[in-house]
Amino acid sequence: MKVSAFHLMPHRELPPDFERRYPSVWVTPPWGELADARRVGQYYNWTLDELLFAARAGFDGVCTNEHHQNAYGFMPSPNLMGSVLAKQTNGLDVAIVQMGMTLPTTSPPIRVAEEYGMLDCISGGRLVAGLPLGSPMDVNLAYGITPMEHRERYREAFDLVLKAWQAKEIFAWNGKYFQLGQVNLWPRPVQEPHPPVWVPGSGSISTFDFATDHNVCYCFLSYAGARAASTMMDGYWDVVDKKGLERNPYRAGFLQLVAVSETDAQAEIDYGKHVEYFYHKCLHVPPQWFAPPGNQDYRSLLAANRNPVRRAEDPKTLRYKDFVNKGYVIAGSPATVRERLVEEVIKRLHVGNLMLLIQIGSMPHELTLKNTELLAREVLPGLRDIWDDKGWENHWWPKSLRGARQPAGAAR
Amino acid sequence: MSEPRIVSVWQGRVPFRVHVKGAGAAVMFLHGPWGLTWGPFLDALAQQFTVYAPEHPGTSPGEPEAIQQVDTLWDLVLCYDELLEALKLDGVMLVGHSFGAMMACEVAALRPARVRRLALLDPIGLWLEEAPVVNWMLLGPAEMAAHVFDKPDGVAARAMFAVPEDPEEGALARTRLTWAMGSTGKFIWPIPDKGLKKRIHRVGAPALLVWGEADRLVPRAYAKEFAGRLHDARIEVVPGAGHAPHLEQPEATARVVAAFLKT
Repeated sequence: MKVSAFHLMPHRELPPDFERRYPSVWVTPPWGELADARRVGQYYNWTLDELLFAARAGFDGVCTNEHHQNAYGFMPSPNLMGSVLAKQTNGLDVAIVQMGMTLPTTSPPIRVAEEYGMLDCISGGRLVAGLPLGSPMDVNLAYGITPMEHRERYREAFDLVLKAWQAKEIFAWNGKYFQLGQVNLWPRPVQEPHPPVWVPGSGSISTFDFATDHNVCYCFLSYAGARAASTMMDGYWDVVDKKGLERNPYRAGFLQLVAVSETDAQAEIDYGKHVEYFYHKCLHVPPQWFAPPGNQDYRSLLAANRNPVRRAEDPKTLRYKDFVNKGYVIAGSPATVRERLVEEVIKRLHVGNLMLLIQIGSMPHELTLKNTELLAREVLPGLRDIWDDKGWENHWWPKSLRGARQPAGAAR
Repeated sequence: MSEPRIVSVWQGRVPFRVHVKGAGAAVMFLHGPWGLTWGPFLDALAQQFTVYAPEHPGTSPGEPEAIQQVDTLWDLVLCYDELLEALKLDGVMLVGHSFGAMMACEVAALRPARVRRLALLDPIGLWLEEAPVVNWMLLGPAEMAAHVFDKPDGVAARAMFAVPEDPEEGALARTRLTWAMGSTGKFIWPIPDKGLKKRIHRVGAPALLVWGEADRLVPRAYAKEFAGRLHDARIEVVPGAGHAPHLEQPEATARVVAAFLKT
């Protein structure tokens, strides 16, 4: 089992009436009214410190991601963050999980191959290369990519990046979206033939096919918890079965929100308002923006319209206890969190690469460190060996880090 | 109405489905972002003209993937050029709505001699900083009806946006509408200004600009902008209509359009 610490880098101090005053947390929130550059500098530094703390405390990996024009999580360049993390974790058995640089908005996409090459060099071969499609808000609304071209552009960029990493000879790329006369990547990654690839998704059936066809780790990034995700993940494993691939749990990743305290009651006191802040404010987006016309291919669109009840629940009507009861957030004492992670998430979804959101919404720095520390000390040891008896190899993890993580704090 | 004709163009990869009705001089109608609705407006035109109404690639039943054969606006303009060629419409009058009106301008700019008259219903295709066109593809269902129609609860709005009760029919209807917006949106995202301003001077045909009085998607300022850039254009405003006057006020709209096409 590999467990990574995930961070969105959200705005932690949105006004209490944010979701009533503004139409969206994404694309349109006015910077001048809501943010202050010096304070935001503090957020970035906290974010880096929290991820480094997680790395030193015993997490197997640290995750950053790319989003634009929003207060939900604003690392427009995950590699700026990843670069600091790579440098500062040299000597630790920690993967730098970039979840990652968005392919369809990076032009030319060999920039992704180059920057990931740099990160793999700086980290000595500890990179996990997330190659995300990007959310419609980022890609279509903020960055102007035509929805109907989003996926095709992604697929071309994906092929180009993989080829750029591996080609022994200079090659010409005559694509539909990108034309490059002489591709000759500098630097190349340390890991051969290329760093492990993770593809994040949100349950689209076309991404299941893509992930299995390319033999990458499919990561379901959901905020509705494992119960809501079980149908989706079952669908993914069905595709794995149908294609005759092995049911290796490491070909799946899952993101879970977690909040640990001394007791279940203390967890509510510590985290209640931060969890509600996250679901009420940070996810405040007009629903139709998640799927502008053309963004879903025809088959996925028809499938979604045939099952319209899937996301009928409005998180704004739910409170902390609901989020915990429904599994959106796994919160409570170390024992509670450990047991729910094992049963509801890891075993039920058959997941080998778990990502835990260590900082949720308005959660302040000190509380984030507490959450992270309790997770590393009290929860992670109970998860580590879950798949070991089955003998699965984590092909989707840097080879040099596939063994057991050193005890907390110990240098390599 | 007889069965639609299938006219394949683009090396046989784009099967245009064309509805044909009426008798008299040839009029081609190019529909807007929500797909083709054959209703009273086209029936009225068909009483005086032979109306050809092609379906935009990707919006025909059973052929959603046809849109993948058309990559760029240039491809699409040439597809229409081939369609007119295949139908042997040497002298044709074009009527277009919204996105379809933009395409009518493009087709007329490509081969000015072929187009005799041009009726544009609330066209898109130009951009004014001070009066941005609303991107309808970002609106929720209720907002969308309120932006496209003067009366969002009216008959025309319900005909376009109401979802059938039968689950399967409802899923198909929603899919058809979204896919039609995606298939047309492909050529105008994220701003519907793809260079028509550089080409519109080539249009030689007299033009009529028809504007719904309450168009909340494309402000009236664009009527003047189009009229100023065309050689010979006049503006008619249709009361009681939003962005789709031919659907909300079919008789009044058909009257002004037919009168213009006949002169």
